[in-house]
Amino acid sequence: MNEFGDAFHTALVMIVSANPDLIEIVGLSLRVSLSAVVIAALLGMPLGAALAVFAFPGRRAVVVAINALMGLPPVVVGLTVYLMLSRGGPLGVLGLLFTPGAMIVAQVVLVLPIVAALTRQTVEDLWLEYREQLVSLGVTPRRAVRTMLWDGRITLLTAFLAGFGRASAEVGAVIIVGGNIDHLTRVMTTAIALETSKGDLALALALGLVLLAVSFAVNAAAQILRDMVVRAQG
Amino acid sequence: MTAPTILPLSIERLFYAVAGRALLESVSVEIAAGSRTVILGPNGAGKSLCLRLAQGLIAPTAGCVVWKGPGAAQAKMRQAMVFQRPVLLRRSAAANVSYALAVRGVPRADRPSRVEEALARAGLAGLGDRPARTMSGGEQQKLALARAWALKPEVLFLDEPTASLDPAAVRAVEAMIQAIHEGGTKIVMTTHDLGQAKRLADEVLFLHNGRLVERAPADRFFEHPSTLQAAAFLRGEILA
Repeated sequence: MNEFGDAFHTALVMIVSANPDLIEIVGLSLRVSLSAVVIAALLGMPLGAALAVFAFPGRRAVVVAINALMGLPPVVVGLTVYLMLSRGGPLGVLGLLFTPGAMIVAQVVLVLPIVAALTRQTVEDLWLEYREQLVSLGVTPRRAVRTMLWDGRITLLTAFLAGFGRASAEVGAVIIVGGNIDHLTRVMTTAIALETSKGDLALALALGLVLLAVSFAVNAAAQILRDMVVRAQG
Repeated sequence: MTAPTILPLSIERLFYAVAGRALLESVSVEIAAGSRTVILGPNGAGKSLCLRLAQGLIAPTAGCVVWKGPGAAQAKMRQAMVFQRPVLLRRSAAANVSYALAVRGVPRADRPSRVEEALARAGLAGLGDRPARTMSGGEQQKLALARAWALKPEVLFLDEPTASLDPAAVRAVEAMIQAIHEGGTKIVMTTHDLGQAKRLADEVLFLHNGRLVERAPADRFFEHPSTLQAAAFLRGEILA
């Protein structure tokens, strides 16, 4: 109990004093996870909306595949991205392995199906409501996708948050493709795993607290944004 | 210069079935420019289905819908539709109208004046910034009509536009429909409300059990219906 208390105290001191190592790790974590979620949203939201609006042969199979990919094991994604980015791999020429770029790639692969699947579900519900009106106006499917994404923006925040949650809490993929290199690819989750295994519970705990705080902060910001939009647009 | 008309609208041997059950059978009618056409009939007669097929929202199981006017190629962009329950985007009232104008290719610079004009005509002047979905039911339906009006359609389809409104809102919506008609727009609407049909119809298409039972000028239909079903409906009897 004492050990936990001491670790907790040291963790708080590190946070309050803005420990440089802590700040560096937190900063990189946010940079990697937010980049991955933004890229996944830019790709996944139009993809999900298109799946809801466009009718084409094999659509159901694609939907099932994307839903299934939501549960991709991170270590499998890490291994696959590692093989793709390794020197002998098809994308080895990019020289991304063991860089934050590789970690972003791995997280995009993990987050994209989540964002796409949740977007599809949201837009499908909205499309049921809007379809006849938009078709009667002569809206093209492409414009319909844009309209659905804009009008569903409040609900789609949930997809973004779910993606961020997955990315920020993920450890298996980023440790494989990033290598957990100090001052280069060490993020909160990989650092927590490492420091815990070394017995440095204070830093691990401090990082855990920050990770929780970030999660709360992002969700609170999303809720405030959501309330503002609801107040403005009904 | 006036664009060539898309009318008449020819509905030929229209048949629509779901799971082997016919909901609309062998409906043939030609809808010409000018007069207000009201599709009348009891609930479940196939009125809304007929309107959706005519508008092109759904494809018939058999038969066809053909715009026969010289401007037929532009038919999709020269018509508008208002539904029983208004479907409004999650935006302001003005943005709802502006969106429809954008879809129809109205230049951005022309949109604000068209929006303002449509809202004013609908009695919604000053409410442009209000979130559309926070408006009352009557205001929402007026906004849906304003949106359709702003498009200056040649044909306006209305599916029971006052079915869930209070009497004051019904009066306002009917006045708008009349004004839109006087502006040169062909009105094709469904209703099961006899009073409304008497107030608004120039011509009646009477549907029962998915069949077009009678077509007649409104005066003649209400005074001397030529079919037993129409006569029974006018007497207020419940049709089997």
